[in-house]
Amino acid sequence: MAHFLFFLLAIVCVGAVVAMIISRNQAYSALFLILAFVCLAALFGLLDAPFVAVIQIIVYAGAIMVLFIFVIMMIDLREGIGPEKKRWIAGLSFVIAGVLIVELIFALKGFLSPAQAAAEGSPGSPTDLGRLLFTKYLYPFEITSVLIIAALVGAMILVKKKEGEGE
Amino acid sequence: MVPTSYFIILSVVLFVLGAFGFFVKRDLITQFLCIEVMLSAGNLAFIAFAKAASALDGQIYVIFIITVAAAEAAVGLAIILLVYKQKKSIKSEDMNLLKG
Repeated sequence: MAHFLFFLLAIVCVGAVVAMIISRNQAYSALFLILAFVCLAALFGLLDAPFVAVIQIIVYAGAIMVLFIFVIMMIDLREGIGPEKKRWIAGLSFVIAGVLIVELIFALKGFLSPAQAAAEGSPGSPTDLGRLLFTKYLYPFEITSVLIIAALVGAMILVKKKEGEGE
Repeated sequence: MVPTSYFIILSVVLFVLGAFGFFVKRDLITQFLCIEVMLSAGNLAFIAFAKAASALDGQIYVIFIITVAAAEAAVGLAIILLVYKQKKSIKSEDMNLLKG
């Protein structure tokens, strides 16, 4: 059952990402990516991480993608983006992707042996995660809040209309 | 039980697809979406290893990565909007001011 779920979710996830790359319409790309993120969240659930799965849905598939859809709506792209002019860029991308996949497989060779059995662990409950987050990882957590504030203020300053620049 | 290696292979495939899409596409928004795919592939690897080691630390890292991705998306989309205001285009090949 777990194997069936894994392969189903993995195929849908990879298919959604491929469709996102092929699609010429940015709005469809964003929607395909939401599908891929939902599948990833289900995979997190398979890996005993229910809390992170919920976070993935709320923050990624919810907040971040809504931001993307808003920006796609603001940008007028009715003419669309024409076909590729420089063919060699696509060929070069294939070469780079091939090199990258070989490199990653080599780097992870030790973990790809089938003898590596998944250990039985308790699911990461919100209680345990919260305890760890507020004790061992307290400083990174607080620094993250500063990062969020900086990003928020930075984004607002960037898109703010300058004085007397009105339409 | 699904072996950890399956999840790692899926993570590698997703990361390479994201990198490939980043190189092959030419509009900034899809390139940005590809970066999100790569971040998610990293998340999947973190959670798979956290399960293999039966430690919760990997899941904490994933929460941090999601937070940083949210901040990055906000700033990145603001920059894309600015570029669109100036150039009326979001093709990455039109960003050639530094070309000389």
